[in-house]
Amino acid sequence: MRTTIIILLSLLASLAAPAATITVCPACECSTIGQAIASAADGDEILIKSGLYREGNILVDKKLKLRGEGWPVIDGENGTEVITVTAGGVTIEGLVVRNVGTSYLEDRAGIRMRRVRDFTIRNNRLENTFFGIYLEHCSDGLVADNIIEGQAEEEMSSGNAVHLWYCKRIMVENNQVRGHRDGIYFEFVDDSHIRYNVSEDNLRYGLHFMFSNDDDYFQNIFRRNGAGVAVMFSRNINMWENRFEYNWGRASYGLLLKEIYDAEIRNNVFLENTIGIYVEGSTRIQYKHNEFNRNGWAIKMSGGCLDNEVNANNFLYNTFDLSLNSAPNNNSFDGNYWTDYNGYDLGRDGIGDVPYRPVKLFNYVVNQTPEAMVLLRSLFIGLLNFSEKVSPSLTPADVADNAPLMQKLNFETLN
Amino acid sequence: MFKILKYSFYDLTRSRWMYIYGAFYLLLTASLLWLGGGLSKAIISLMNIILVLVPLIATMFGVMYYYNSREFTELLLAQPIRRIHIFFGQYLGVACSLAISLLLGVGLPFVLYGVFNSPEIWNFSVLLLVGLFLSLIFSAIAFFIALRNENRIKGFGLAILVWLFFAVIYDGLFLLALSQFNDYPLESFAIGASLFNPIDLSRILILLKLDISALMGYTGAVIQNFMGTLLGMACSLGVLLLWVVLPAWGIRWVAVRKDF
Repeated sequence: MRTTIIILLSLLASLAAPAATITVCPACECSTIGQAIASAADGDEILIKSGLYREGNILVDKKLKLRGEGWPVIDGENGTEVITVTAGGVTIEGLVVRNVGTSYLEDRAGIRMRRVRDFTIRNNRLENTFFGIYLEHCSDGLVADNIIEGQAEEEMSSGNAVHLWYCKRIMVENNQVRGHRDGIYFEFVDDSHIRYNVSEDNLRYGLHFMFSNDDDYFQNIFRRNGAGVAVMFSRNINMWENRFEYNWGRASYGLLLKEIYDAEIRNNVFLENTIGIYVEGSTRIQYKHNEFNRNGWAIKMSGGCLDNEVNANNFLYNTFDLSLNSAPNNNSFDGNYWTDYNGYDLGRDGIGDVPYRPVKLFNYVVNQTPEAMVLLRSLFIGLLNFSEKVSPSLTPADVADNAPLMQKLNFETLN
Repeated sequence: MFKILKYSFYDLTRSRWMYIYGAFYLLLTASLLWLGGGLSKAIISLMNIILVLVPLIATMFGVMYYYNSREFTELLLAQPIRRIHIFFGQYLGVACSLAISLLLGVGLPFVLYGVFNSPEIWNFSVLLLVGLFLSLIFSAIAFFIALRNENRIKGFGLAILVWLFFAVIYDGLFLLALSQFNDYPLESFAIGASLFNPIDLSRILILLKLDISALMGYTGAVIQNFMGTLLGMACSLGVLLLWVVLPAWGIRWVAVRKDF
């Protein structure tokens, strides 16, 4: 028995080509990465020792593993793209990629994958790269544990930290991206996952979805981005356990949904955004177990939103809980907890006996005359809201929580 | 003047109303803090109460005190004391005792709750500052009205009307004007109009700290740009100060000319 195993093992060993390791360091025999790639064969590992490498564009056209040791710096000198990969099965880890110049003609990137499969980009640092990691026509890859920091100043002249275009089955995990135009950008990307990332201080969106279906993003933090997170023209997107924080500004929101169908938004926290969720023309969306805390508007829905279910969420201290500007409404807002609710519960079943109307008259007034916002929380507005509550005339009467909760719900969220 | 101030102050500390007023705030703040849960929630609730109640109580108290101490005032007038000193002394006596009641009533629970160790300290200071200003402003207005009117009923009625005007009617007219001239850019008007009402101005000062997210719309951004800066803050505090000085000057003007 033992002999057969030994024979099998030796057979396997002889089948697999001996993977060589080529070491690159400024003082070594092989002093540039380009040289090492040229002399390497498929399956080899290139070990890059610490040092500064200035080689312009490095083309990886073989199945290699590029591994940095002691954070070697690959400097693009504000010129062209730094690493371009055109072969499948490549792994890139432990590198510092620095200084990719801004271009208005081409999308230069720190690391670009072009039409490849089965790749791993792990544990790299990208500093001042125009586009950070750029994947085009790729599939089955992993982008994990990278730190990507840009110095974007204007939307026009800046790129995205992680940019995916026509990709499938990609995992974007545990990256920290900041200071770009968009933190993570998905266009025509299907069956992909975004997890445990932190995307902050980007000029436009923390995360941007366009025409991407069947994706999900869990446990990410989106903080202080120009406009928050935008999910547009996509189907079957699951958004679970994320935090959307401090997205302030004239046109800012935590999350923008535009033309979205069949999505699930669960266990997210929306904290101190100008608008928590801004919804336009989105249908069959489930909002459940989300916490809306101290936003200007918790949810702002515009026309054409049908069959949405906003159930079992906590609405805490928002200036406006809900704004809805279409008269016919078939969305459900039942079973939430609202801090502004002041009904009673005679049956002691935890459900208020009087329906709660989250759309206030002042909301309507502010929609008509935005300047009226200076009257927020004045006694006059209080009286106005009260009289409207007693007999609704301007606000939609059928937008109501018919089973408002008396106690705040407890559910798991990301802290 | 300080002697008169002292007399009115001691006189007021002997009256039960100041204690009730102080105790009311104490109870309210304490219950908001410990039962309502959380500093920021308590500050928002208190804001609503302070903006309505402080002007009302200050107005009522100012008018009431003037009419009640009428005989004492006549006695003082017979003495060789300058008139301005008599009336300013009385006014400041009322204003100070109102301010101290508010300060202790609201401040004590917050200090005990540990406001100094929380980031809410600035919101809280703005709230308190605004409360103090409102006490000063509305008791001055009340004194002015009472001085002008010998008839108590008329004086009370007018004082209440002034309070109602600033607290409710002004905002109503404001909103009406805003919605009527909807087609024009109204941001500067909105800021300007809020300067003319001390209650509105106080409210906006607190809102700039608390409801920052909602104010981030276009108008909000304009307000933020104006009042959120140090200059704007100084400007609005200056206007509040002006609101104290104007009725005080009115008191002087009437007091000097009045034939008792």
